[in-house]
Amino acid sequence: MPPGPVQADSQREPAIERLLGRLPEFRDAAAQIKEMLLANLVMIGEIPSPTFDEQRRLRFLQDRFAECGLVNCSTDELNNALGIMPGAEEERHILVVAHGDTAFARTEDHTISVNEDHAIGPAVADNALGLAAVATLPTLLDRLGIALRSNLVLMGSSRSLGRGDLEGLRFFLENSPLKIDYGVCVEGAQLGRLSYNAIGMLRGEIIVEVPEEYDISRFGASHVIRILNRIISRIEQIPLPAEPKTTILIGSINSGSTYNIIPNRAEMRFEVRSESADMVRRLHDHIQQIVDEMVVTTRANVVFHVVTQREPGGIAFAHPLVQITRRVMDNLNIEPQVSPSLSELVAFIRNQIPAVTLGISNGRNLGKTNEAIMIEPMYTGLTQLLAVLIAIDEGLCDVD
Amino acid sequence: MSIEQWIEANTHHHSEYWDLKKMVRAKEEQNLRISLCIPTLNEERTIGKEVVIFKSELMDRYPLLDEIAVIDSGSTDKTLQVAQQFGADTYLSADILPEQGFKRGKGENLWKAIYQLTGDVIVYVDADIANIHPRFVYGLVAPLIDSPQIKYVKAFYDRPLAFSSGVRPSGGGRVTEILTRPLFSLFFPELTAIIQPLSGEYAVRREVLQEIAFPIGYGVETTHLIDVYSKYGLDAFAQTDLDQRVHRNQPTIDLGRMAFGILQAFFNRATKLGKIQGVQDIHRVLRQFQADSDHYRQVEHPIVEEERPPMQTIDAYREKFGLDG
Repeated sequence: MPPGPVQADSQREPAIERLLGRLPEFRDAAAQIKEMLLANLVMIGEIPSPTFDEQRRLRFLQDRFAECGLVNCSTDELNNALGIMPGAEEERHILVVAHGDTAFARTEDHTISVNEDHAIGPAVADNALGLAAVATLPTLLDRLGIALRSNLVLMGSSRSLGRGDLEGLRFFLENSPLKIDYGVCVEGAQLGRLSYNAIGMLRGEIIVEVPEEYDISRFGASHVIRILNRIISRIEQIPLPAEPKTTILIGSINSGSTYNIIPNRAEMRFEVRSESADMVRRLHDHIQQIVDEMVVTTRANVVFHVVTQREPGGIAFAHPLVQITRRVMDNLNIEPQVSPSLSELVAFIRNQIPAVTLGISNGRNLGKTNEAIMIEPMYTGLTQLLAVLIAIDEGLCDVD
Repeated sequence: MSIEQWIEANTHHHSEYWDLKKMVRAKEEQNLRISLCIPTLNEERTIGKEVVIFKSELMDRYPLLDEIAVIDSGSTDKTLQVAQQFGADTYLSADILPEQGFKRGKGENLWKAIYQLTGDVIVYVDADIANIHPRFVYGLVAPLIDSPQIKYVKAFYDRPLAFSSGVRPSGGGRVTEILTRPLFSLFFPELTAIIQPLSGEYAVRREVLQEIAFPIGYGVETTHLIDVYSKYGLDAFAQTDLDQRVHRNQPTIDLGRMAFGILQAFFNRATKLGKIQGVQDIHRVLRQFQADSDHYRQVEHPIVEEERPPMQTIDAYREKFGLDG
C-alpha cells in the first residue's frame, strides 16, 4: 500500500495523541448534526430492503452521496451504492462500507419512530444506522473542515445477509479498478463492537422430503419430522474439541402445517463455527455422512446444502489498526467487545485488506420488528468511526 | 375556467418538485420567508420524526424553511420536550396572545401561529403522520413559489391516474365523501374540485391567513376554503398529490363529532353568504348512543364551533406586523 505520511514511532505517538485530543471536538460536531443523522436513519430505514431486493434503498443512498458532493456516485451491476470523496493526495483508498440489506420482507411495516432517547422500527440497528452513519460522514468531515489525504470510498453493499453471502462487497473488491488499502465495516449495533478477524464458518441446510406415495409402514421408513429429529440427534452427538473452539448451532427447523396431517417435507438450518478451517471441513464431512446414511436407511430424499462457508483469517490483535481503534474507544469510554466477524469483514480478509468492524450505538430487540437503537451513544459511535478513519488516513495504522 | 380546466392546471404531484436546490433559489430570489407550524396535543410518538426530517432536510440541507414551530394545546406527554430536543421552536398556545384567552382546539393553534410565526407563507402539517417525508412541506410550498396568483395550496393523498379498470374513484376520507363533498356540491360546486378539503396539510400566504376567521375546532379547514373561495375564487387555490399518508384511523363515532362541528361551521358560513336561511337556532349538542348490557344510553357531546376573528383585527398583531404603517 502507499506509505502514509507518518512513519517513524517518534512521529506516530504525538500524532495519535493529537488525534485523541480532538475527540471531544469531533463528538460535539457529531451531536450538532444529530437531526441529519436521524433523518438519514429514518429515510433509509423506511425503504424496505430484503436481501436481493436492495435497489431502492441503495439508490437513495447513492442520491445522498451525490447531494454531499461526492464524485463517481453510482450503483454497480449488483446494486452496490458507491460514492468517492477524493483525497488531497489520492494515493490510498479507504473503503467504509455498511450492508444495505435486511432480514425483513418488503411487506413488513417499515415505519420508524423517533422518541426522546431512541429510534424504533424493523432493522433500525441492522443496518439502517450503519448506512446512516456512512451517509452522514461527508457532512461531519465538512463541518469539521477535515480534508483527508486518502480517497474515501463510501459504500452501501448489497446481498450481504444469509444467501446473499456478502456477494455485493465481494463483487466490488474483486472487480473494482480501485485498489482498496483499508476497510472499515459499519454496523448499527453494538457500540464497542471490535472485529478484526474471522473464524471459520459453515452455514448449511438439510432438507428431508418424501413423495406422496412413500410407504411409512416399511421397516426403516419414518416420517420426515422423525427423520430430521434423528439427524439432529446424530449431529448433537458429534464430539467437539475445546481447542480449537468449535460450535454447532441449530438455528431453525421447519415442517408441517397443522395438527393432523403428516408432512412430506422438513428442513433445518444450522451453523458450524470453528477457529480451525480444518475442523469446519471435518464437520462438513461428518454431517454429510450422517445425511448419506439417512438416505440409505429411510429411502427418503435427504439433501445437505452448504449455503455459506467462511475461512478464518484477519489481522493480528497487535496490528496498529486494532491498537489505535482500542485507544480511541478507551478515550471515548467505550468498552471494546472483541469478537470475530462473519460479515463484511470476511470479504476484506479474503482480499488481504486490513479492516475492522465497528458498531455505532446500543441496540435492543435486535432482529425483531421493534428493534430499537439509542440516540445519545450515536454521537460517540460516529466520533469513533471518524477517528479511526483519520488514523488510517494519517498512516498511523500502517505496519512498519 | 371549468372545474376540469382548473384541475388540469392547478393539480400537481410532489414529484414535479424534486429539484429542491432550484426551489430554494427561487424562494431566496423572492425574499420569501417560510414558516412551518405543527399543531400538537399529545403527539410524542410521531413528533420527533417529523421535526428531525424537516429540520435536517428542509432547514440544514436545503434551507427552504426559516422556522419550525410546534404549537401545543397543553400536552401531558413529552411532545414539547421531544420537539425541542430535535430543534423545533415550541410554544404553548395559551402563552401566545394571552390577553385573547385560550380555547382548546386545533384551529386555535393554527390561528395563534399567524401571530407567533414570522413567515410570509405558513405551512401547516399535522403531527400524526407516520410516513412523514419532506414532500409534505415542499409539495405544498412549491406552487406558491412558482405562481404569485396562488394563495392557498391544499394536500391530497390519492393519485387518480390509471387503475386496473382504467379509472377509479378518487377522493377523501369518510367525512369528506359523506358530508363535505355533498355540501359543497349543493352550495359551492366549484369547491368540489378540491380533492381532500379536510386534509390537515396546507400552505397559505400570510396576506390571506390574516384576513380569514378561524373556527377553533373541526370546521377550520372547511371555512378556510369557503372564505378564500368567496374572496379570491377557485384560481387562488392549488392542490398537490403527496401520495400516501399513514396516520391514525379514527373510529366512526369520533367522525360523528367531527362532522357535527363541520356542519355548524358550514351553516354559519352558508348563512352569512345568504346561501341558506333559518338555521341560526340550532342545537349544539351531539347525541350518540352506547349499548350498555341490554339497554341503550344516550351520550351528549356539547360541541360549539367558536370562531377566532381575522388576525388582522387584533391590535397586538397589527402592531407586531406593522399593519397600521
